[in-house]
Amino acid sequence: MLKVVKAGFFTTIQDKGRIGYLNKGVPVSGSMDGNAALVCNQLLENDPNAAVIEITMTGPILEFTIDTYICMGGAEISPILNDTLLENYKVYKVNSGDMLSYGRLKKGFRAYLAIKNGFKSEEVLGSKSFYYPITTEKKIASRANIPYEKCSNFSPKLNALRLQNILDENVILVSRGPEFNLLNDGQLTALFSKEFSIAKENNRMAYQIKENIEGLSYSMLTSATLPGTIQLTPSGKLIILMKDGQTTGGYPRILQLSDEAICILAQKKYGDKVFFKLE
Amino acid sequence: MSNYTISIRSYGVHAVLIEWPNQVEEVILEDIIQFKEHLIKSCLDSKSWEIILAYNSLTLVYRQAPIDFDTFKGKIKEWYAQKKPIEKRGKLLWKLPVCYDVSFGIDLEETCNKLNLTTEELVRLHTQNAYTVYGIGFLPGFMYLGGLSKELEIERRASPRLLIEKGSVGLAGKQTGIYPQESPGGWNIVGNCPVSMFNPKNENPCFVSVGDKVQFYKIEKAEYNLIKIENEVGVYNLEKSKIDA
Repeated sequence: MLKVVKAGFFTTIQDKGRIGYLNKGVPVSGSMDGNAALVCNQLLENDPNAAVIEITMTGPILEFTIDTYICMGGAEISPILNDTLLENYKVYKVNSGDMLSYGRLKKGFRAYLAIKNGFKSEEVLGSKSFYYPITTEKKIASRANIPYEKCSNFSPKLNALRLQNILDENVILVSRGPEFNLLNDGQLTALFSKEFSIAKENNRMAYQIKENIEGLSYSMLTSATLPGTIQLTPSGKLIILMKDGQTTGGYPRILQLSDEAICILAQKKYGDKVFFKLE
Repeated sequence: MSNYTISIRSYGVHAVLIEWPNQVEEVILEDIIQFKEHLIKSCLDSKSWEIILAYNSLTLVYRQAPIDFDTFKGKIKEWYAQKKPIEKRGKLLWKLPVCYDVSFGIDLEETCNKLNLTTEELVRLHTQNAYTVYGIGFLPGFMYLGGLSKELEIERRASPRLLIEKGSVGLAGKQTGIYPQESPGGWNIVGNCPVSMFNPKNENPCFVSVGDKVQFYKIEKAEYNLIKIENEVGVYNLEKSKIDA
């Protein structure tokens, strides 16, 4: 068991998401920075779908009760195992009784803790990803116990990886969304020449952009939306749907983020600056 | 069997959007459903593809790799031309109980005043039509229903509520529906349905499918409480019938 001594700001369990229920209105969920989670699982030679812990902004305090191996990734949030500062994308052995805590958030917004063979928490509709009320909890609570398997003799093929750092990246690569053609020249210029900042309203469902552009009053029938879809409201607000985003919507879908761009955006917090670039 | 002119567009690298004429019509919905069934049965690997149907569109999602849009567009055109009417698809009519008590219908009085109807008239109008399910989305198990009486069309509330109870039955514009879970929302709440529209413990978590019909019937509070308990312990049997059998 992993004992959660303190839960942190918003800590959840995520895998690759809940597949096969979009037609019933169920968002896909899964790790917001899917690449970071995947690399951690790869270094641990896990199934790519193995469940990891997603840490947002402020880290938890965790106690390991059995020996295993872990790997951290994503945001730089100063993980400390007992007294030792850990690096991202490096495999570490942990022993029963070891304490993992986190210091200052230096870069990014979401960090991942992967464990050998993945966390063995409750699976609902084919996924361990938290999404309330499909899962009974919204986020991991303090004093929770998260099951995992013992592993004491793992020798990783690759002990550490130096990744191209996306945490400093501020260019969000987009392609044309289904309603792209409704945009006028003024709106296009605004979208692709200005710097935008992340609004306070940002979470696993959607990221809103602080600066409005000229709105789009277009009455369309409700249609599918995807993670990474940028909607433009009549009042000119830009809303970027993320992994827990609704599966259908009625606002024009002007742009679509690439998979990589979703990961980059997932590492942004309130006030961070981004640019949109059309593929 | 006349086919519509459909538009096929790429929607990111993992999805393709197919659109029918921009109208809320049952014949269009029926054509889309037939094509969807054809895709699942004969064209796409249904384990790897997800299909979202809403009103006049089908969105095909494939996450494993980028879709080669130009090739795929050609295939969709071919498949649409091949589509044949399917015989007797098991479309269902679901009868859903609603308690129009003011303790649930927190906007019932105001709505009746605005629409110039008595409570009895509102309930009669709301329960007389079988509504067509044009889509499921927004929240798990939320149905987009079409076929509301003109007399019940009312604007959304000026400011949305932060929390609407699970099961709340609301009116907004040309739409009526049930909130399948607690949620913020701006609809005018006139009652509550004690039957869960989404149960994550079931293999099929939402019993309704797009194309089905839903009709409400009025129940009193005592019956509401009983159905709610029966539904929670899993012994409540919904009333349903085949539409085109």
